[in-house]
Amino acid sequence: MSKSNRPPKDFGFGADEEMLRDLARKLLGERLPVDKLRTLVAEDHAAVYERHERQRWDEALWKEIVELGWTGLAVPEQDGGVGFKRAGIAGLVEEVGRFALPSPLVATLNATDVLAQAEGGRQWLARIADGTTATLAITNAVGSWELGEGDLSASEDGGNLVLDGAAYFVQDAFKADVLVVAAQCGGDRVLCAVPADSTGLSLVPDRIHDLTRDQATARFEGVRVAEENVVSRDAVGALERAWPSILVTVAADLVGCAEWQLQTTVQYAKDRKQFDRPIGFFQAVKHPLVNAMLDIDRARSLVYNAACAIDFDDPAEALKAARMAKSAASDAGAFISDRSVQLHGGIGFTWECDVHIFFKRSMHNQALYGDGVYQRKKLASTMIGEI
Amino acid sequence: MSTPNLTAEQIEFQEHARAWLAANPAPETQIDLPLSQLELAKREQVEYYREWQRSCYEAGLVGTDIAKEYGGHGHSGCQDIANREMSRVGAPFLLNTVGLSMMIPAVLKHGTEEQKRRFIPKALSAEEIWCQGFSEPGAGSDMANQQTMAVRRGEGWVVNGHKVWTSFGQFAKHMILLARTSRDHKYDGLSFFLCPVEGHAGVTVKPLVKMTGELGFNEVFFEDCVIDDSLRLDEVGKGWTVAMTVLTHERGAAEGAGGGIRAVHPIERLIGLAKSSQRGGGLAADDPVTRDAIIRQAIVHEGIRQDARRARVPALNDHPMRLPMGQGVVRTEFEQDCARLGVDIAGARSTLYKHDDAAPDNGYWPLAYMNSYALTIAGGSNEIQRNILGERILGMPKSK
Repeated sequence: MSKSNRPPKDFGFGADEEMLRDLARKLLGERLPVDKLRTLVAEDHAAVYERHERQRWDEALWKEIVELGWTGLAVPEQDGGVGFKRAGIAGLVEEVGRFALPSPLVATLNATDVLAQAEGGRQWLARIADGTTATLAITNAVGSWELGEGDLSASEDGGNLVLDGAAYFVQDAFKADVLVVAAQCGGDRVLCAVPADSTGLSLVPDRIHDLTRDQATARFEGVRVAEENVVSRDAVGALERAWPSILVTVAADLVGCAEWQLQTTVQYAKDRKQFDRPIGFFQAVKHPLVNAMLDIDRARSLVYNAACAIDFDDPAEALKAARMAKSAASDAGAFISDRSVQLHGGIGFTWECDVHIFFKRSMHNQALYGDGVYQRKKLASTMIGEI
Repeated sequence: MSTPNLTAEQIEFQEHARAWLAANPAPETQIDLPLSQLELAKREQVEYYREWQRSCYEAGLVGTDIAKEYGGHGHSGCQDIANREMSRVGAPFLLNTVGLSMMIPAVLKHGTEEQKRRFIPKALSAEEIWCQGFSEPGAGSDMANQQTMAVRRGEGWVVNGHKVWTSFGQFAKHMILLARTSRDHKYDGLSFFLCPVEGHAGVTVKPLVKMTGELGFNEVFFEDCVIDDSLRLDEVGKGWTVAMTVLTHERGAAEGAGGGIRAVHPIERLIGLAKSSQRGGGLAADDPVTRDAIIRQAIVHEGIRQDARRARVPALNDHPMRLPMGQGVVRTEFEQDCARLGVDIAGARSTLYKHDDAAPDNGYWPLAYMNSYALTIAGGSNEIQRNILGERILGMPKSK
């Protein structure tokens, strides 16, 4: 990838990036229109919420996605991947959010970004480029997003490490072939790649509202990690360097999701008649939807700015831009989610109406890696100064 | 520092603009300069800005892309560069906004050869200042509800009526005037005139005092004002069409050429205020709620920059007018919200106004906050802008 100090005015979003985005929009439009999504994940309200069946996903579609190479997009070229620009990945993930695609794609991209920053991550990057799925297991029981905190410890045993404890809020854990784990090892935080079928590793599913992903607590009881799978002795450094990309990916998913919510609610406002008029005639309906549009536009622009800053800028600028993007996307997502249910009226409150699927995916993403308030608190420390 | 994709002419012009602006900074002055064009109230201020525009014009930074026969410099694709360079160095605003951004585009598109030669050169040099006569007491957001009448008499027209919110009216030589020439049709009953103002019989300009206590706007009264038919722009009944040409330029005009005299970064200004204000026994800059509010505005500010950037990337725009049309609402409310936040941060000291020595930033915050309503109301209030966005961009049914 070309590195330069002058970020391009078009965010580096060129013909290749547009082609991939359009391909994704077409493929997902054909394979996962909203009625299919509903059949896939929301056929029966009791399936996930009462019988605790695992959230369903289309594994045949996933095979196609792997063949198309989407999982290897963030893998650098020298490791057998595509080394695609973040602007291009943001474009793809926007479509993933727009169709609320249930898949391990976002989790794998996030884990890839961390492995790409770890000095010993190359062999795993090559496997991801070949279709191996991955996820991050870095969060403690209270869901802190501080990178140095966790409830996992590692101890040396011969050439191996032994992991004990747990990682929480692991995204799409049941779809992942490998977990990228941060653990405290004496004075160091180490980063390990732990195959999901390792002895002593068990996944305990979380009961979550989002129907388009799964989440779990990963419990480690004497899990042995071979030396070549200890991919970094500076987990915090690797996570810090990857963090802008992680935030931008989740923000792009939020933006795509929000645009679906906006367009769907606008269509309803044109179709639904009350008092002899389409409800979109009334300014109490029209103006909030315009506000949602302006919020989404801001978030989308900030996502591409951050993606471009990662591709072309220095790390501090990229982290600032990414936090702005995540803050704007979380807030835009929260606002259109609120209006999408409210303006659909009674039907919007029912299981039958599709808006709840996107409402929940958005709400989950708003919290992930820190909501708007959290990002702004972090930004204030750098832009205004520490208190 | 070269910018990609410029023509040889543009590169040469850019170098010229930079060199000229570096060698010719805005002159130092003892006079009290206004916050923006909207607060322009004194003759000495007008003369300061008239002189600045004239020197920019002579240097080729104004009228850059206008044909030479109309007093311009005959470049191609260079005016945007001139505007950008003036903005970059924080140059004073260009005085004749209405002439440059409204009259000239309208006359170029709808005017006769004679009108172009008569009016464009003196507007470029700021020798003749223009004002806009669209708004009336009964025609604000519903602009087609014009009641000012122009009645045919011989070779001319007799105008009677009342215009309001006329910026620059007290200094203007001419007005772009929208008037009713028929009561039979709302839109097709309007015609457009290039009407004399200063020293013209039957025209009275009366300054209007704003809520801030400042002047800046005017009321203009027409009582049997006679104007020649050669001052009519386009055909009788085509006034609405011409007005639409003008209005597509209006919203951009405020932040277009020039930029303010004091180009202080709005977020840095807020942070500076927070670091010098107290709240709850500590610095306002250490108050988590204040910090969150400032960073919210910082994100909107960056969003405005990035929206403008994305608007130029067709692949990232599903609807070509969605970002450009949305910006009017976003930018004006950003100005308002920042000013209001400044008032909040200043706390008790926000009560202090202009000319109080203890007022933070010389009373800027309450003044800027009150003045910000000009932005969210002028050119079609933001409520009307939201209707337009909802209807034209999102395709929702018309609210009327």
